[in-house]
Amino acid sequence: MIEFHLDTRSGVAPYLQLIQQVRQALRLGLLQEGDQLPTVKEVSGALAINPNTVLKAYRELEYEGLAAARPGIGTFVTKTLAGESLAAHEQLSADLLAWYRKARQAGLDGESIDAIYQQTIRSAVQEERV
Amino acid sequence: MTTAVEARGLGRQYGGRWALTDCSLTIPAGHVCGLVGPNGAGKTTLLNLATGMLAPTTGTISVLGGVPASGPEQLARVGYVAQDTPTYAGLSVADHLRFGAHMNPHWDAGLARKRIEQLKLDPKQKAGKLSGGQRAQLALTLALAKRPELLILDEPIASLDPLARREFLQTLMAATAEQELSVLMSSHLVADLERVTDYLVVLVGSRVQVAGEVDDLLASHHLLTGPVRDASALPAGVEVITESKTGRQSTYLVRSTAPISDPSWVADSIDLEDLVLAYMGGATAVRPTLASAR
Repeated sequence: MIEFHLDTRSGVAPYLQLIQQVRQALRLGLLQEGDQLPTVKEVSGALAINPNTVLKAYRELEYEGLAAARPGIGTFVTKTLAGESLAAHEQLSADLLAWYRKARQAGLDGESIDAIYQQTIRSAVQEERV
Repeated sequence: MTTAVEARGLGRQYGGRWALTDCSLTIPAGHVCGLVGPNGAGKTTLLNLATGMLAPTTGTISVLGGVPASGPEQLARVGYVAQDTPTYAGLSVADHLRFGAHMNPHWDAGLARKRIEQLKLDPKQKAGKLSGGQRAQLALTLALAKRPELLILDEPIASLDPLARREFLQTLMAATAEQELSVLMSSHLVADLERVTDYLVVLVGSRVQVAGEVDDLLASHHLLTGPVRDASALPAGVEVITESKTGRQSTYLVRSTAPISDPSWVADSIDLEDLVLAYMGGATAVRPTLASAR
């Protein structure tokens, strides 16, 4: 089971934040096919948000084919997004951690590390397109 | 879908003063509706008309299809938490539950007991000795255990500290999901309503300024900035809500169902607070450009 959180200052609509968090959990393998999502009551009560907001997010996930509602029981994950790449996650995460430590040793602060990371990914994506 | 509240030409006069005039609105059931407006706008009067504690001077109001307070069955369908969530200071928590059980035909004693346990309230404690947050939770428990179809709350969280506010809204939202309640709550704290309401009524100077589903309202209001021009230069079909001008710039908050495609205006979306303030106070809602660029 995952726990949702809301960033009220992000400007992203709450229902979209819920959808993004489910997608993210699916990509990271934290949620897998057959897992139950928290009930509408649980999410509304925990975050103090309108139940219709949660329903809207769950309906959207259903529409995308990522989840399905079983009436009277709850909403369940029907698809995983991580797929075969999941096996590689651990190694990739370890590599990134090693890189992060190197960057720290070189005296970079969090913001600089983030900047290099974003910049590198962006130019890599651009190269792929060309 | 049924209608939670329907008013037509509703008005109420106290002595020579009109507290509410020509109020016409339809609030569908199944929503958490926020009723916002400055102090003295007529919010409490409207809520008191909906509960039947006041009779209209002009016009009509129906609640869940019935006349407010027209009989025991109508009374049982509507829960009401008055301003500052009043309780009886001399009665214990358990006394309040017994009182609720006697007064309400559909009383859910199991739910009331469970809620009191969850809140960790001592049933023997006198309500006068409870904290503000606990008193508010007790009043909410009584209203929920009545098993209403519509719950009306008048400024329930205004006097609570931020933690108690959060806990109150958590309880209210969980109950809304579980009991399939419609909720109508007034507040002048828009930020607190932002996450809980999906329907909004703005009441200013005893008149309804705007009403509708929050998503629709946010999608149809835009903040337009551009070079100094008067309102005639705005795209066709937009309705100006507020406007302000500096030496170099015009800013308009407009309502338009069509997207703004005119490239000579920069269109920004607004949040619920901007929207409410625009209808409440005119130009004060339009923030300086720097602040909105955050």
